[in-house]
Amino acid sequence: MFAVCATPKAIEGLTWAMCYLTSGKHLDFYWSFVTVLLLLAITAPVAMALGFGGAMAARSQIAPLRWIGKAYTAMVRGVPDIVYFLFFVIALDQGIEYLNHLRVCEDLSQPVFRGLEFHVCAEAKVPPATASPFMFQAYSFGLAVITFAIVFGAFVANVIYGAMQAVPHAQLETAEAYGMSHGQVFRRVLVPQMWTYALPGLTNLWMILIKATPLLFLLSVKDIVYYARELGGTKTQAYDYPHADWRLYYFLGLLVFYLLMTKLSEIVLTRISNRLSKGQATAAGEAMRKAAI
Amino acid sequence: MSCWETFTDYALRSIGIGAKLLPKTDFTICQQFTLIGSGLIWNVYFGALALLFGFFLANALALARIAHNPFIRKPAEWFVFVFRGSPLFIQFFLAYEMLVMLPRTGIEIFGLTLTSSWLTKAWAGALIVLFLNTAAYSAEIFYGALRSIPKGDLEAAEAYGITGFAKFRRIQWPTMLRLAWPSYTNEAIFLFQSTTLVFFSGFPALSQQGDALYYANYFADKTFNPFIPYPIVAFYFVLLTLAVIWLFGRINAHLNRHLPQNIRSRIRLRPQLIR
Repeated sequence: MFAVCATPKAIEGLTWAMCYLTSGKHLDFYWSFVTVLLLLAITAPVAMALGFGGAMAARSQIAPLRWIGKAYTAMVRGVPDIVYFLFFVIALDQGIEYLNHLRVCEDLSQPVFRGLEFHVCAEAKVPPATASPFMFQAYSFGLAVITFAIVFGAFVANVIYGAMQAVPHAQLETAEAYGMSHGQVFRRVLVPQMWTYALPGLTNLWMILIKATPLLFLLSVKDIVYYARELGGTKTQAYDYPHADWRLYYFLGLLVFYLLMTKLSEIVLTRISNRLSKGQATAAGEAMRKAAI
Repeated sequence: MSCWETFTDYALRSIGIGAKLLPKTDFTICQQFTLIGSGLIWNVYFGALALLFGFFLANALALARIAHNPFIRKPAEWFVFVFRGSPLFIQFFLAYEMLVMLPRTGIEIFGLTLTSSWLTKAWAGALIVLFLNTAAYSAEIFYGALRSIPKGDLEAAEAYGITGFAKFRRIQWPTMLRLAWPSYTNEAIFLFQSTTLVFFSGFPALSQQGDALYYANYFADKTFNPFIPYPIVAFYFVLLTLAVIWLFGRINAHLNRHLPQNIRSRIRLRPQLIR
């Protein structure tokens, strides 16, 4: 990056540290933090949408829709979620390849599942074997986002369903007595009040989503854990910047990153919580009303 | 090979008893069930021991957190923040790297040589991480329970002349345990599910003796078919969860035995997530 860094073996001290920390691999490492933040930025709203939809479906008057909603919210109970993460990614991957297989392969005489094994023809591979490494990364990142969104959507659905049940029933009946339609009651009374009940659960989920991001590593995306292991490992004299095993320090760095994220989220979410409690018929809202007098 | 032979060969494979080689070709459902079940021994080992040791540390931490003295309170708060604020996954990696850095020949203290190589093995290293982690999460639960003990109970105790340690032992601690138990049950289930992360933790599985996920992953890799091994893992974990619920439910009933039916605390399961 800098001119002095052209001969890394000749430099020492602070210059060495500066050159070391701005090497190409390290810039990739810094970008991988962006990957993690991007995952959070995409997953959180999609999971919210899925969860909201799931909770609405679970409350629906139409029986089949309600079953789907209930099944979706019940899906994540009792089974370790990491199993879903491993299962969904491979299932999605194979599902996409299978559909592609039906579309492009010429020889469909062979079954896809031979015994316990899975085969598709070479053209049906997604992404194609000739694709750039970036495409492979983007594809596995996409799969990871979908998996995170589906699993966290189910958790959000649970929280929002509970929050909708917690809104005092008398309020909904009052709204209907005033002649509001079902949709109006939902939009004007239920949803605005629901958030204060849903927020503790959603806060919890957000914290857990932050802590779930290292799972990207398990889904073979080159994320911060991957680079920390890669960069921290012992480098012999064959490398530009030889050093001993520094993985411990890299992981300490990651630990600090996560602790900072947690602390920052705590501060922001406490503010949102205070804001939402304003004027609500809950203990927190009552405490705020009394404090204001 | 009949299913019974498979069972005798592989039922204890994860702790090194039985056949030496894992099946290489012609995988049967029976093999998958047996080997994954055998790996579950490790999950139970990690979960049960971490929970047992963690319980005691969690009590100490919860007490430290309600202490007035900041020299006692602050370290406990930091401990809980660090272990609850960061992913277990990172904690595993960090612990492994730390333990590997210990001198291989052992540490000399007062002429005694303490070996440290055993700490880098999963059975000890991963257990220590899980123990500290569950202690932090449980401490938070116990701390919350300690703070929500009814004021009247404590005042009544003092009116009867029960003070100091006797008050703690006979009133505060049992009430704390009773109030915390439903959440603590969820924590226990949560912990058992987190033991699956040991597989990814960096602690190596020596001579193919791994946990349930290790074998499930082995089969999924060999057959390219995740639809059989992972549901088997899920099935085993549902059974494990049911066992935990039953056991903790019994303890809960015992803790609530003096109360009328309508004010007993009930265990309500909440969805469990990655830590």
